[in-house]
Amino acid sequence: MTGETTLLRFPSRVEAIDDATAAATEAARRSGLPEDVVFGIDMAVREAVTNAVVHGNGRDETKSVEVGVTSRGSALVITVRDEGAGFDPSSVPDPTDPQNLLKASGRGILFMRTFMDEVEWERHPEGGTVVRMTKRRGSQ
Amino acid sequence: MAELNIRERQAGDVTILDMDGKITIGEGSVSLRSAVQRLMKEGKKKILLNLANVSYVDSSGIGELVSSYTTITNGGGQLKLLNLTQKIQGLLAITKLLTVFDSYEDEATALNSFK
Repeated sequence: MTGETTLLRFPSRVEAIDDATAAATEAARRSGLPEDVVFGIDMAVREAVTNAVVHGNGRDETKSVEVGVTSRGSALVITVRDEGAGFDPSSVPDPTDPQNLLKASGRGILFMRTFMDEVEWERHPEGGTVVRMTKRRGSQ
Repeated sequence: MAELNIRERQAGDVTILDMDGKITIGEGSVSLRSAVQRLMKEGKKKILLNLANVSYVDSSGIGELVSSYTTITNGGGQLKLLNLTQKIQGLLAITKLLTVFDSYEDEATALNSFK
């Protein structure tokens, strides 16, 4: 599978997060990435889909989360799109800052950035926010 | 099938929660939260979380461990971790929480550490 994009749509329910993550992870596995890298992708995708369901779409089941997986020779690119109003990643406090260490939430983006090589947010031309996560082949 | 099964046992005045499954957003996190809140209400403030059979934790699960820790600690109790898997240790390292939690690799040592 090279350059081919798998696009899947899920309802904005917490129960759908597992399905969305499993689909992306399976695509990563089929693309030939090693299992330890697949674990990291699983973690990152789960966080991105959770953010889309909870924050982007406000758990509104009438809104969808769209997950795209594209396998290229050099990298795997995963996109997660919500139907929300937009998101500024710089507004999220650093959870590793001592004053934030004991907060109950706010660690999802940290996991995404830890396990993927590139993480970028942009507005979709047809609405919603897309987070694009890239894992280069051969990176740890 | 429940995402997280919690079995409770007592060792002196320490309550051990043997957890089996996933601590993730939704059912798993809620199960842990409910268990800790119930123990606080019952006056059981020395809690040891056994994570040996926890197969998966997401950021919400890490958040729930932190919430449990602050709930118990602010209530004058102690919450410690037992049998961290390599993956959970890795996540606690990423989130700079390894130094926040007291964690142990054997139960006897963990139990003796409670004041």
